[in-house]
This record gives sequence, structure tokens and C-alpha cells, in this order.
Amino acid sequence: MTEIKRSHAETIQRSLSKRYRAEKRFRAYGMMAIALGLLCVALLFVDIIGKGHKAFLETSIQVDVTYDAEVLGITDLQNKQQVALADFQGLVKKALQKKFPDVSKRKEKRELFSLISSGAGYELRERLLRHPELMGQTETLWLIADDDVDTYYKSIGSKGGAFTGRTSELRQGWIDQLEQEGAIKLGFNTTFFTSGDSREPEQAGIWGAAMGSLFTLVVTLTLSFPIGVSAAVYLEEFAPKNRWTDLIEVNINNLAAVPSIIFGLLGLAIFINFFQVPRSVPLVGGLVLTLMTLPTIIISSRAAIKAVPPSIREAAIGVGASPMQVVLHHVLPLAMPGMLTGAIIGMAQALGETAPLLMIGMVAFIVDIPGGFTDPATVLPVQIFLWADSPERAFIEKTSAAIMVLLAFLIMMNTLAVVLRKKLERRW
Amino acid sequence: MQTANLVIVLLALSAVAYLLAHNRSVSLSRPLGGIRHLHSLPFYYGMHATIWCALPAILLLALWLMFDDPVISAALLNGLPESHQPVTVADHNLLLNSIENIASGALSREGADPVLVHAADQLAKMRNIGSYLATAVVLSLGVLGLGWGWVKVSPQLPARQQVEKVFKIMLLSCACVAIFTTLGILLSVLFESMRFFKSIPVTDFLFGTEWSPQMAIRADQVGSSGSFGAIPLFVGTLLISMIAMLVAVPVGLMSALYLAEYASPKFRGLAKPTLEILAGIPTVVYGFFAALTVAPFLRQSGESMGLQVSSESALAAGLVMGVMIIPFVSSLADDVINAVPQSLRDGSLGLGATKSETIKQVIFPAALPGIVGGVLLAVSRAIGETMIVVMAAGLAAQLTLNPLETVTTVTVQIVTLLVGDQEFDSPKTLAAFALGLMLFLVTLVLNFIALRVVKKYREQYD
Repeated sequence: MTEIKRSHAETIQRSLSKRYRAEKRFRAYGMMAIALGLLCVALLFVDIIGKGHKAFLETSIQVDVTYDAEVLGITDLQNKQQVALADFQGLVKKALQKKFPDVSKRKEKRELFSLISSGAGYELRERLLRHPELMGQTETLWLIADDDVDTYYKSIGSKGGAFTGRTSELRQGWIDQLEQEGAIKLGFNTTFFTSGDSREPEQAGIWGAAMGSLFTLVVTLTLSFPIGVSAAVYLEEFAPKNRWTDLIEVNINNLAAVPSIIFGLLGLAIFINFFQVPRSVPLVGGLVLTLMTLPTIIISSRAAIKAVPPSIREAAIGVGASPMQVVLHHVLPLAMPGMLTGAIIGMAQALGETAPLLMIGMVAFIVDIPGGFTDPATVLPVQIFLWADSPERAFIEKTSAAIMVLLAFLIMMNTLAVVLRKKLERRW
Repeated sequence: MQTANLVIVLLALSAVAYLLAHNRSVSLSRPLGGIRHLHSLPFYYGMHATIWCALPAILLLALWLMFDDPVISAALLNGLPESHQPVTVADHNLLLNSIENIASGALSREGADPVLVHAADQLAKMRNIGSYLATAVVLSLGVLGLGWGWVKVSPQLPARQQVEKVFKIMLLSCACVAIFTTLGILLSVLFESMRFFKSIPVTDFLFGTEWSPQMAIRADQVGSSGSFGAIPLFVGTLLISMIAMLVAVPVGLMSALYLAEYASPKFRGLAKPTLEILAGIPTVVYGFFAALTVAPFLRQSGESMGLQVSSESALAAGLVMGVMIIPFVSSLADDVINAVPQSLRDGSLGLGATKSETIKQVIFPAALPGIVGGVLLAVSRAIGETMIVVMAAGLAAQLTLNPLETVTTVTVQIVTLLVGDQEFDSPKTLAAFALGLMLFLVTLVLNFIALRVVKKYREQYD
């Protein structure tokens, strides 16, 4: 008897080390999984920031610009047509030629002139129109450099050596010369934050897309929040237990898991083809995103309503309130923080959504900054998509920077949701 | 008047209605001895009048906005002489467009067809009349409603009940938006798909192995017919989803198990939100990451091993998609694992099992149905994911299971077919809707099963 017992104990004893090893292994797998997940987060952020942080700086070149009426072909500054036709880029070319007088070959000249962005002319025009007294004068200005120059200048001194790309040795020489004269510098990139889209990377900015996103989100919020809250109130407080209610619930749960691109198809077929709403406008984008975020808002609002204890309702009914009064006076105010949190999370989801907006034409190339709900517009994520597709190398940097801006907004919104939940939510 | 202004005027009018009815109820109650002699509080009398004033007018306005354009264009086309009557739908739209352009001044009046110029004048006139008419009708309806609400105010009127009834109906209609959305999706996708299947047989679409939707403009061009066999797309979608699942399921599941069973509360509080950042990152960012970082990296490392890796390989898209789905799987699994009753754990540990044995032999089997449900939801996410594959996977519809090659997916094709210029009659555009229908049906079935399984599972331990 005792022998058998001992052998049992021995078997267990002997197997123990093996079992402990298995235990350790399992634990290690778990840690590895988490480490892998965290690594992905870190990698994503490091990659994006590493690629994009330089986009917040822009290269500019110092030149002496003479507002020469002859070059411009302007006799009268008030004449709009003359100003529109005037060759302001010519001023830039003249200024560059003055800086490098020994460049004379046609081909070299063309290279020289492309040191400075083709957008500089517009800048000069704005300046001259604002200060008409500058006509005929010469002033020293910092003008925004071409994107190739920008990329090259920023990459000087980086680990893998300077990225030359389309910057020829001739231009590299000029840039070095400018550098020695102190006539080229990196400054804060205001263009990126203040202008709309452009085919030229150095003139492209996110302001237009940001405004488009804003208008779209305003439409989404004003529609989805009231509708979502009402639906949640109905389902939690008034709905009878019947088939129709079941159908609504099944629908909401299913819609929450329908791929977002399907909502784009819905928008295309119903809003654009059937109701003939114009394409590419924030109004349609907002409508589509409303339908998409509605399940999120309904589900979180229902959770918030459920969290209000029944004692509150019973007390209100006890003093003679009608069911509607119970909801409007007591349940809704108490559930509001939770609902707002849900709404913010829904908006964050809408802000980052791209696929359905591609379907309804918000992917158009739009330079103008939208001023209303029915102006053609694009949104931040779609702008990122468009830039990511552009062949110019400088757009990689811009794309990453736009992603950083988008992520900053999303992090802000999510933090706000968390803070709101912590601050306002009551524990019963 | 413009719609926005009209709405503002209506809102102002209903505010006036509220004040008038509110004050009237108060003044009516004064001789009776105060508002406690009214049936309802003055607020409800005010709301009663507001509803009468605003609701019918706004409903009418909405109807008007919906049917205003079609009615006007139908009237316009009827007024055209026989020679200008459009034959096809495309002609119809073209004609309307040119009239529209002449009316708005985008097209010069000189040199244009005088009939069209006349029609453009007609259009402007009708629009003008229409907008005046709408304003007049809507506003008079509002004023009538206001008057009615004001007249109806009396101490006996059950204003609260009526107002609450309207509120309740409004709440119900908001809840029904979900049903209408589903219906809208189904109808729009189904309707266009039917048109597609009229020109391309269903069997060709479902079982064909060649996908080249390019329709030539002239009949004698090469590849003028286009072929719409969707098998390569389905295979590509499945391949990428499978790669994603191979990443997401083990990693997500193991991290959920670790966080739920091993991690200290402090570590859990730190690691969980950090992992969930992955869920909040927009998919377009993942797409950028996949296309510009992961794909080149895979290509280079493949080359160094002597492998031919396509620069738009299924592997890159799948891996990144897997990373995106990790938090999805892990949070679903976390819910499910936490729902397993503590008594099961205690029983197993009390018998001398180690923690990992408890997890593997007790918790995991108990949680399996819920986990399967979660994985199914994740699969439906992967199938419907768009931006990552649009940016990182290719367009070439190859029938291959090699993850190093380029494949294309259903969502990629929907996007490429529908972005840019479209003619709404060509099978090329309609094919996107047929693909959308397939996508919708498959994800619907997956979601339905998954939600059922998860619900059943929850009930088991409740």
C-alpha cells in the first residue's frame, strides 16, 4: 500500500518539473504576444514620426526681388486683367539670375529657375497687391524652395548620405553656395497648415482637408447624436418586447459589423444617384458617416441608460412623473456623460474613415478651401490616401505629417472621452 | 426663399407658437385659480402648438425637396418638341445637363440650340415659381398650424398626452433608421446587381476564373467584352484574410489570456489601453504603413533570401491587417474569458492543476464558443477591410495562393471600379455593386452566426 502511494507521489514529483516548464513556456508565449502588440504600436509611431517630422519645416531661399514693371508687363496695378496675366514668376527668375550671373546655357537656366517653387510668383503677387508702393523697388525676400531642393537640403547630413533624387550636381553646387552665403534656411512650414491641396508638394497643405473634415463631422454629429440617443431611449425605455423590437436590435447589431465600404455603396446609389445630391460634398459624406456611426452611438447610449439605476426611475414615477418625464428629466441627464463619451468615440471613428468617402467622390483633387456644406471638399484621411498615391518623394513626408495631425486629433478626442468618463460618470 | 432661410423662419415661427400657446394657457387658467386647474403644465401647451406649427410644415418641405427636381425636369422634357426628345437614359441626362449649364451660364447662350436656350429659360422660370410656391405653402401651413395650436388651448386639452405621443413616435422612427439603413443597403445593392446580372450571367460571375473588367469603348477593340469571373477576387480576399487571421488570432488570444490570467492589475492597466491604440488608428494609416514600410521591407528581405517577392504582395497587406485586428480579437476574447465563472478556475486550481493547465483545459474549452464567435467577427472585419488592401495589395487578379505574389480583393475592385469617371449603365460599374452584394451577404451571415454564438455563450453563464 505504502509503496503504491510513494510511486504515485514520485510520478507526480517527477512530472512536476515538466509541468512547471510548460507553465513557464505558456507564460512566455503570453508575454511575447503582448510584446509583439506593443512593438507594433511603437514601430508604427516611430515610422510615421521618423518619416514625417521634417515636413513641419520648409526650405526657403533668400533672393533680392525687384518689382520691375517691365518684366511684369503691368502699367496699372488696379487693372485686374493685367495683374492676372503678369509674369510674377519672371521676377523670381530675374532675381535668381542676378544671384548666379554666370549661368547662361538654356538648360542650366531652366535648372536654376526651378530652385524656387512655382508658387513663389503668387506670393509676390499677393505682396505687391497689398503694398502697391513696392512697385519698382527691390527687397530681400525669403522665397519657398522647390520640393526637390527641399528634400535634398533636409537630407544633407543624414545617415545614408544626402538624397539627391532629381537634384543634379549643378543644383547641388548652387545649394552649397547658397548655404555658404547663408541664403538658404529651414523655417517653420506655415504653408502646410494654411493651404489646400496642390500638385506641387511644397505648396500642398492640409487646411482644405481639415475644413472638409470639420464640415463633414458637423453634419455627422448633428444628425447621428440626436437620432442615436432617441433610438437608444426608445429601445431601453419604451420598446415593447415584440418582433419589431427584436428586428430593430438585430439590425443595429448587424449594421455595427457591416464593412464601411458598403455604406459608401449605399450613399452612391441612394443619395447621389437617386436623390441627385451633388458629389464630393461634405453633406453627403456626413450623411453616409451618420449611418455608419449610428450603431456605435446607439450601443454606447444604451449602455449609459442601462447604467442608471432603476431606483431613480421608481422614485420619479412614485412622485407622479409620466414615463416620458422620467426619461427627459431624470434618466437622460444622468446618462448624458456616457452618451457624450460614446458620441465622441463615434466621431473619432468617423474622422478616421476613408473607404465610404471614396465611393461618393470625396477623393477629387480640390485646391480651394471649402467654405460650406455643399462645397466640393475632401477630408483628412482621404487627403492622406491621395498623397500616399502621389509619385513625388516629398509627398511621403507630407503624408506622414498629415497622418501625425490626424492621429493628434484622434488622440485628443479619445483622451477627451476618457477624461469625460472619469470626471462625470457617477458610480452608483 | 432658400431652404436654410425657410427652416430658420419656421423655427422662429414655432418659437412664437410656443410662447403664444404657453401664455394663453396661463391666462386661461388665471380665472380658474392658477395653472393647477389646467389639464397639463403650460410647457405642454406650448409644445403642443409648436408641434402643430413645425411638424407638418417640415414634413411637407422635406417631401418638396425630394420631388422638386424630378418633377421640374419631367415637366421640362415634356415641353420639348418631338425632335429633341431623348431616347436613352444617357441622352436624357446629357440633355438635362446641357439645359442646366445654359441656365446657370456655364455654357454660352450664343451658338446653343435655341430650343435648349428656351428650355433653360423655362427651367429658371419654373425653379423660381417652385421656390416661391414652396415658401408660400410651407409658411402658410406653419401659420395655420400655429393658429390651430393656439385655438386648441383649453383647460381640458390633454396636451401632455398628445405631446408625449408625438415624442414617442419620433423616438420610434429614430430607432427604425437602423432598419431603413439595412433595407437601403440591401435594395440599392440588390437593384444594381440585378441590372448587372442581366448582362452577365450569375454563374459566370460566381464561378468564372478570369477577372478583367475593362470594357473597351469600341466593339472591335481587344478585350472588348470584359470578363467578370470573381473567383480570383474571392481567393485573393480569403488569402489576405487568412494571413491576417494567422497573425491576429494567436497574438490577440494569447495577449488576452495573459492580461486576464497572469498580468498584475498595474501592467494590465498600462498594456490594455496601449494595445487598444491599434484599434483607434485609421485604416488609411495602416495602408500607408503597409505600402511604404512593410512591403519594401519584405521585398528586400525576400531578395536577400533569394525569393521573388512582389512589391504589392498579399503578405504585406495581410500582416498589417492582422496587426490592425489584434486588439479586436483580444478585447472580444477578454470579455469572453472574464465571463467564465471564477468557480471553474478555483475548482481546477484546487485539484492541483497549474495555471496554464487550468487555462488550456478548463478556461479555454469553456470560453471556446465565445472565442469562435469573436474570431468570426474578426474574419468579417478582415474581409470587408478596404483601405489597407487598396493601398498595399495590387490590382492584378491572379488566381494564386502564393502569399508573395500580388492578389486583388473584392473591396479593392469595388474601389477601383467606382472611383473616377463612371457610366452608370456599363457592366463595369454595376459589377462593383454585385461585388458589394456578395460582400454584404457574406459579412451578414458571418456576423449573424457570430452574434448568435456569442449571445448563446453569454446566456450560458449568466
